[in-house]
Formats: sequence, structure tokens, C-alpha cells
Amino acid sequence: MKRITIDPITRLEGHGKIEIFLDEQGDVANCYFQIPELRGFEQFCVGRQAEEMPVITSRICGVCPEAHLMAAVKACDQLFGAEPPPAAKKVRELFYSAFFVTDHTTHFYALGGPDFIVGPEAPAAERNILGVIHKVGLETGQKVIETRQRNHQVIQKVGGRAVHPVAALPGGWSKPISEELRKEIEETALKNVEFGLFSLQAFDDIVLKNKAYLDLIVSDVYHHKTYNMGTVDERNLVNFYDGMIRVTDPEGREFAKYPCRDYAQHIAERVEPWTYLKFPYLKNVGWKGLVDGMDSGVYCATPLSRLNAADGMATPLAQEHFEKMYQTLGSKKANGRYQPVHHRLVTHWARLIELLYAAERMLELARDPEITSPDVRKIPERITGEGVGSVEAPRGTLTHHYVSDERGVLKKVNLIVGTTNNNAPISMSVKRAAERLISKGQVSEGLLNKVEMAFRLYDPCFSCATHSLPGHMPLVVDIRDSRGGLVESLRQDG
Amino acid sequence: MPDKPKIAMYWAASCGGCEISLANLHANILAVDAAFQLVFCPCLVDGKKRDVEALKDGELLITFFNGAIRTDENQEMAHLLRKKSKILIAYGSCAYEGCIPGLSNFHSKQDHFKAIYLDNPSIENPQKIVPQTETKVPEGTLTIPAFHDRVRTLAQTVDVDYFLPGCPPESFKVWEVIDSVIQGKALPPKGTIIGAGKCTVCDECEKKKEDKKIKRLYRTHEIVPDREKCLLEQGILCMGPATRDGCKAQCPNNADMPCTGCYGPPSGVRDQGAKMIAALGTALDLGDVSTLSEEQVAARVEEVIKAIPDYAGMLYKYSLPGSILGGKR
Repeated sequence: MKRITIDPITRLEGHGKIEIFLDEQGDVANCYFQIPELRGFEQFCVGRQAEEMPVITSRICGVCPEAHLMAAVKACDQLFGAEPPPAAKKVRELFYSAFFVTDHTTHFYALGGPDFIVGPEAPAAERNILGVIHKVGLETGQKVIETRQRNHQVIQKVGGRAVHPVAALPGGWSKPISEELRKEIEETALKNVEFGLFSLQAFDDIVLKNKAYLDLIVSDVYHHKTYNMGTVDERNLVNFYDGMIRVTDPEGREFAKYPCRDYAQHIAERVEPWTYLKFPYLKNVGWKGLVDGMDSGVYCATPLSRLNAADGMATPLAQEHFEKMYQTLGSKKANGRYQPVHHRLVTHWARLIELLYAAERMLELARDPEITSPDVRKIPERITGEGVGSVEAPRGTLTHHYVSDERGVLKKVNLIVGTTNNNAPISMSVKRAAERLISKGQVSEGLLNKVEMAFRLYDPCFSCATHSLPGHMPLVVDIRDSRGGLVESLRQDG
Repeated sequence: MPDKPKIAMYWAASCGGCEISLANLHANILAVDAAFQLVFCPCLVDGKKRDVEALKDGELLITFFNGAIRTDENQEMAHLLRKKSKILIAYGSCAYEGCIPGLSNFHSKQDHFKAIYLDNPSIENPQKIVPQTETKVPEGTLTIPAFHDRVRTLAQTVDVDYFLPGCPPESFKVWEVIDSVIQGKALPPKGTIIGAGKCTVCDECEKKKEDKKIKRLYRTHEIVPDREKCLLEQGILCMGPATRDGCKAQCPNNADMPCTGCYGPPSGVRDQGAKMIAALGTALDLGDVSTLSEEQVAARVEEVIKAIPDYAGMLYKYSLPGSILGGKR
């Protein structure tokens, strides 16, 4: 059987390859989306001090370290029994909003967007951020660069470093925000709101007003009816930092709503021999294979899923665009919310609405009188020994679950990461795109890029997804005094 | 502009933070674009492996190689890019010294799949399926690269020209390096550590330092430190004395958090963990020990240091695969 290999897949975070098998007629017989990497955190974090997890698990992903930092510190709040003061929670959410703005900007302009802005079948050497800048002009390019820059500055000033920040502590945040910094953040947030609106306008002009793109978006090439997952606040509106996890079914009815500590009652993971990445699914629906529909436990956790699973957005401009998106796509209200949109390329649009929401939320928090409160630490007084923390990472619901001994040294670590949620949907989307686009053995580079667009819309991060790794090995370090006497023997038992 | 020198950036076992550190050159990325052609960088551009294979040997002026060597694929790409590059730079802590994922060298491979694919609390795997390097499917055979016993650094795999430390390298230091190439400055001797200082993080730390007399050690969540004063003097295990400078000591200076050691050992030091143990040895305040027996002195030391349960993870957080310990033997 003839096969086509796309290796490595590009404009994403981490490693992946696509194997397409063609039958005698040159049509797609099957298609596999494989993850060839595994690094491993779940096991080597065993033996570590729990409060180090925000810094350690940041290294799962350098694109979204803030998400791991935040899920980790929230799990640590529980493990150390230290509820952070209200100001600390606000500082965290403010920091997290700045991160969402820069992360979604990176995806739209550097990873996913080039397929639309430069064109899906443009020469490969131009389908990238630099091609985008050449196409839209330096002025717009500079807007993108400045947006990333000013938000990374906020991340650096509030979190310590621009990449792999360090300020998260169980029970709070290492440093309060000064009035001077608050003003600067407010300015940044105002510019972010402007940039969010600008990006939505650009999406409207470049994508929605282009009939060929619109046809592509609503075609059946990139369409799957699955369950949707996202975190919602007490009004069932999208929230990235905290809330309940809500799952809606393919028709938009609420299927489950639970606090993250109950995740294991709702999510199970399946293993396949041909990829290192596991396939999570809804335990209470069950695994029926890589298929969509009401009877398949496959769910999706993306910007579009978050919007599908929520009743709306918590900020006014984002809400306007939320309404516009569903109305444009002909969705009607049912069950208290818009019927879910299953056209996967719409995820790009949803991502920009989230960018605008993050910007507006950042502005609200920058103007909150409590944001400069010095009261950002609670010193833990007891170790509970267990914690589950979750946030919405840009790429989906992220859950960290830790169990420790009485000293807060980790005994068990389980991580369900944003992208991993979407392993099954990504596999299905890539396969469907290959089936619909390839026929009679006719394959071009541009066409294969359109197959890649099926994973790219999920903004996957396989560095994150392939975090797992276990094993045990004894280590002994002897510390001796100047006379050679043994002062301390440190060992990690095998 | 076909004459621009070609460069590549590749990730082996990595997190993508190194790519972000390059993207965070911000407006200077346009100067990089003006001076070079980025032909391979899976995160950002659409060059494929076959495009690299088609290059002549040495056709890439520079490859910034980040990530450690964990699988057959990582190893193969390291050899391929070594062959195609004039200058191969181990970019970032993973390629240089193994970094945080290198902590897995405390663990053997044997239990590996068991914990991830069989024992994990959310796993449902009654048939006990684990990933295989080759799987027969109805249409043919699917392959994934073998997973190695341990994490290796880039220099433990291929010949490396320069080392650029940091997790990730700070963008302003990356720019200094790239700008010096654009300016056509003479290259330093092979093996040089570039984009960093030669001293320690303490040299760049603005906190007030006095005599170090540590009466007890604290974990970060246990204490609100005086933000004007040296964190180590207050008993927080700050890796500053055992870590190379160049980062502007941002963790203590910006966030009042201790250095965790991501730039690796300072010049002249082979083993970062051993260096930190030596620093602690001189800084612990045991009081008057002249009348005590050896056992009593040891007990007093134990009293001071027992607050930290995981020295292995704290002192070798970034440097285990490249250290004297190396991890699994």
C-alpha cells in the first residue's frame, strides 16, 4: 500500500508525524496521527518537594509555562492547606490574563494564522510569521511584536521572568504589585483590548470576507460532532483561572459539571501501541474508538469548546463577538445557550474572542482597588497531603493532581494536559481532512498543508502532552566535613 | 535573497521555551530575518526533515540545537544537524546539561511504561497495551522512535562547538550572540560558553549581603523573606553561589525568589551540586562546636539541614545528566 509521511509536522509545539495510507485507487485507506516523543514528569516528580512543582512543571512547556505554574500552585494551595488571600488570587489571574493575550497572539499570527493570511497553498517558505509580516506590512507586524513584548514584560515584572516565571508559592504569590506597576499594566491592558479588536477585524477582513476561506471553514472537511469541555464561573461564563469544569454534549445540553478534584470520576485515558500519547475520553460515555457523535466518549477542550460549553463571556466586548460568531454561523439558542458549533476551523475565531476576553479581564483586574494590596501570602500551617489544581490552558483544561507524604514530598503525580484532551479529536480531524482532500493519488505540498491545518487549529502542544515518565533509581550523596567525616548521607531510594 | 546564510533551530527533548526565547527577541527578529534564512525550525516554519537531508554538509551556518537526547529520533536529528552545520550550538539548559527533564536519570527505564501507561489513576487499560516501536496495523507498519534508558546532553551525543546556557537563555543574551555574528566579530574558541557571564548569580544580585551564618534552612513556602537581604543568609536555599551569571539575577531581583540554578555551574566548576554543597558547608552557623564530639557536631549539622528533604532535586535540578553524578549508573 502506498504511504505518505508528513514528518515533522510543523508550526506547533512539540513533535508529531502523520502517516497516510492510500489504497489501489489512490484514495485514503487510513491515516494515523503519531506522537513520537515522551519526556516524562509524572514519575521523576516523585520525591520532589511539592512547592517546587510550579517551577519544575513549567518545563513541561516553555510556550505555556504559566498554565503549568498556575495548575501546580493551585494543587499546592490544597496540598499545603493554604487558601491564598483574595489579592493573591487576583494577581495570579491578572498575570494569567497577560499570558493568554500573548499566547493566543502567538498562535494566530505565527502558528495557525499564516495558513489564512499568507494562504494555505502559498510556498512553504512563506507560510510563517515572517511571511505574515511581509504580507500584512511592517506596521501590523510591529503591532503583533509589540503585543507579545509588552505582555511578556508584564509576565516578567509580576512573575520574575518572561519565560519560566517563578513567583508562584503555595498560599499566594511572592511579591505584591506596586502602584507604579499597576499603572503600567493598566496601559498594557488598554492596548491589549485595542489589539484584540484589531485582530477580530483582521479575521473578519482576511478570513470571513474571503468566500473560499468561508467555504473551507463550513465545509465537512473540518467538522466533527463531539462533546465539549471548559471551565465556567458561577454564572456559567468562560473563566480561565478558576471555576467548575463543565461538559456539554454534541447537541449542547449540559452533560456534567464538576469541581476539578472529581476529574478521575469523569475522565479515563486509553493507550494505543502506535503512539506515545494517551487518549482521554469521558468515562461515563465510554471509548468507542476514534469516532464522533453522542455515543462516543471523545471530547474536545479548545477555545471553541470552551465557548460551546459556556453560556457566554464575562466581559462586554468579548460577549458581543461571542454573539456575532454564533449568529454568523446560524446557531440558535437552545438549552440556555447557543447550539455548539462543530466546524473545527472556527476555533481560530474563538481563540481571538478569548484573546479579547483576556484583555478585558486584565483591564478589570488592573483597575481593581485590591490588586495592589500587600497581602499576597498565606504561610501554610499544615500539610493535607493531597491537592488537585486545574486551569484552562490556552490549549484546553489542564489538571495537576499530587499526593505527598507528611513533609510535602511527592508520592504520586498525575497530569492531564490541555493538548492531551484533544488527542482523539486531532487524530479524527487529520484523518477526515486527508480523506476529503486526497483522491486518486493526487497529492501536492499545499494539499498536505491543508491536512496539517486540521491539527494546527487545535494549537497543539506535544511538549506538554508527552510529559509522562516514571521509573526509580537510588541516588546517594554523602556530605563530609573537612576531616572526611560523614555529615549527611542523602539518598533517593530505588 | 538567496545569498543569506542559512540557519536552523531544532528541538529534541525540549519544552519549546527556547523557541520562545528566540521569538522574544521581539523587533530584533526582523534583523535576524534580514541577515539569515531560517530554513528549519518546526515550531515556526514549514521546513521538513527531507529539506535538511537535501542540504550539503556544512550548508547551515549555525544550528541552535535545544532539548536533550531522549529518543532514537533525537539522536538521529543531532547527527543529521551536526553534519549539515558549520557551527552547532547547544542552546539552553537541556542540550547543555540535561535540565529538569534530566531528573528522570534518577529513575530507570524499566518501570517507565508501567507508571505512565498502566498504573496512572486515570488509566483504563485492561489489555495492558503499551507503546511499541513497531506496530502492525491493517494498512502496514507504524513506527515510533525507541525511548532511551537515560537522558543525554548534546555533547554526550555529537561534537558541539558552543554552549549557550539558561532555561531558557535570556533573550537579551541571545541577541548579544546573534548580533556579534551579524557584525562579523571573530568567533570565540571552540567549546566556549557563550551568552553568559563567568562569575555567579550573586554578582548580579542586588540584595544586601553580609557574612553568611545560616542557623536553619527554610523551604520557600515557609517564610516571607526580607526583600532587601540575601535570601541564602535568611536560610532559603538559593543556588546563586553555584550558578553562572548573565541572567541579571532576575529570580531574586524581580520576584524575591531564590535562584534555582538554570544557568549551570560558573566557570571553573565541574559539578553544580557539589559546588552548592561546598557553599553551604561554609555558610552553616553551627555555633561553638569546640567542646562537642564528632557525633554531636554531625547532629547539629543535621539539625540545620534537615529542613530540606530533597537535596538531589534541589541541587541538581538542571544539571544531573551533565554532572559527575550523571544519575543512573
